[in-house]
Amino acid sequence: MRVTQGCFSFLPDLTDVQISKQVQYCLDHGWAVSLEYTDDPHPRNTYWEMWGHPMFDIRDAKAIMGELIECRRMHEECYIRLCAFDSTHSWESLRMSFIVQRPSVEPGFMLARREAEGRNIRYETRAYVMEKPEGTRYGV
Amino acid sequence: MDTPTPNLSAAKTVTGQDRYRAGVMEYRKMGYWEPDYEPKITDVIAVFRVTPQDGVDPIEASAAVAGESSTATWTVVWTDRLTACEKYRAKCYRVDPVPNAPGSYFAYIAYDLDLFEPGSIANLSASIIGNVFGFKPLKALRLEDMRMPVAYVKTFDGPSTGIVVERERLDKFGRPFLGATVKPKLGLSGRNYGRVVYEALKGGLDFTKDDENINSQPFMHWRDRYLYCMEAVNKAQAATGEVKGTYLNVTAGTMEEMYERAEFAKQLGSVIVMIDLIIGYTAIQSMSKWCRRNDMILHLHRAGHGTYTRQKTHGVSFRVIAKWMRLAGVDHIHAGTVVGKLEGDPKTTAGFYDILREDKNPMFLEHGLFFDQDWASTRKVMPVASGGIHLGQMHELLHLLKDDVVLQFGGGTIGHPMGIAAGATANRVALEAMVLARNEGRNIMEEGPEILNQAGRGCLPLRQALDTWGDVTFNYTSTDTPDFVAVPMPAY
Repeated sequence: MRVTQGCFSFLPDLTDVQISKQVQYCLDHGWAVSLEYTDDPHPRNTYWEMWGHPMFDIRDAKAIMGELIECRRMHEECYIRLCAFDSTHSWESLRMSFIVQRPSVEPGFMLARREAEGRNIRYETRAYVMEKPEGTRYGV
Repeated sequence: MDTPTPNLSAAKTVTGQDRYRAGVMEYRKMGYWEPDYEPKITDVIAVFRVTPQDGVDPIEASAAVAGESSTATWTVVWTDRLTACEKYRAKCYRVDPVPNAPGSYFAYIAYDLDLFEPGSIANLSASIIGNVFGFKPLKALRLEDMRMPVAYVKTFDGPSTGIVVERERLDKFGRPFLGATVKPKLGLSGRNYGRVVYEALKGGLDFTKDDENINSQPFMHWRDRYLYCMEAVNKAQAATGEVKGTYLNVTAGTMEEMYERAEFAKQLGSVIVMIDLIIGYTAIQSMSKWCRRNDMILHLHRAGHGTYTRQKTHGVSFRVIAKWMRLAGVDHIHAGTVVGKLEGDPKTTAGFYDILREDKNPMFLEHGLFFDQDWASTRKVMPVASGGIHLGQMHELLHLLKDDVVLQFGGGTIGHPMGIAAGATANRVALEAMVLARNEGRNIMEEGPEILNQAGRGCLPLRQALDTWGDVTFNYTSTDTPDFVAVPMPAY
């Protein structure tokens, strides 16, 4: 399967040239770009690990691409997402977020159902990889 | 048409003992026409399009609107003198002829804040669009726009979730949301209905939606629908690793029944519930409060609005309804598509979107915004574009409506020749390709069709969708357009 979080997951994986253009778009809007990685793909996993702070002061797409390359080198079999943060009043949140690296194999999720009172069903979405400890979930 | 010249000399407010002599007196002499009045920062201001009966003076007609929407009755009453009546009288302070519409006038009327109960759209509307709309000396009357003072805005909770928190909760940033209304809108059983939801969400949509008239009919009771829909939502979520939702319509005959349905939706883990505009302002505010207590997104379908928003001469403009609904606290509202099958002049629609999404609206007559409006950090409402739109218009939709909108392709998803999931995938690929291209600096209004064709080369469902609907358009003349001229009009 393919995890389709982020705003470009239905397109073929973006090339570095394409990613760099999106970074430029974010910088042109004054947004702070950040990188985050994880090996827990659950849709409710809000807090991916931060690759340093959001790069508030870096206004150069090349420097950000350098950080991405370094992040990929350190976390080869992880999801990495690129986020753009807008600190403007009344937004103060992300403007954009998309996946820039994914593990070579994505086993997906199990949907567990527990029958409850009446015809209720309690659902639990569990990533198959989560049986393993952090850092050993993909490609090891 | 008979266009009387306003009679200004006869329009002086009578004061003192003479003002309260028993009998009938013209409204403009009773204090409802005050051309020198400067609205206070705390006044609620309304602008009406007034069309007086033939021979009725426009100033008198406008003063009557001010009177009938505030303190006046048809005759002088001495009991006014037991009140601070000058304060409570609404004051018409400006009347302009409507450009290119002989016989109609824009009347600006200021209302003191004390005329209104805090936090109640029902109370506001009972005055502003109450009896006055049936007033005999008027041929027609339309409420065009309102300025809500910050002091009044702050008495409302506003949307419980709003655009930013909705995006955070769903973890979706950087593109419009995609949705679809389940079709056929009537007749599917719960089990069949859930099939459509599952296929559409798995294929790539963020949301599916009950239609406005899907409640609890013989062919599908509401509990059945909710149970099957939530099976579909959870299954699609697991298949994609992405948060999904379906608007469960809780509209019902009584408040008690609506609360029961909303509670069940919450118990099943739905992220969103839905109501129709026709349940009424008080019911909408009640559901908003419920959603605030229960971390639920509230979707509003504007069913019924076309009965009073569409014709320019009479009724209430949708821009006023949009303002009321932002105050009342809905998170989503259908606000037009421009290019789809339903009414929507581009500039007027842009005005609606500004009202829903901005923190401050500057006066912008070209978009139908008559006043500066400060929303004072009231959360933003996500507009929904639904009704006869399809992916062949993706460049136009993104250009006109921007990123913070739900694009709903009902027929355009479910009617896909390869099936529902393929329809959903086609929409998602088209959207992402267009956003990517726009961000890269390409001119999507010029290159849009080429960008879609290019994306279609790597995506069979998109290619087939383009072959099926690429050229479908709905080009009809809009009935609700702003009336303004670039130069200032003379004011009486």
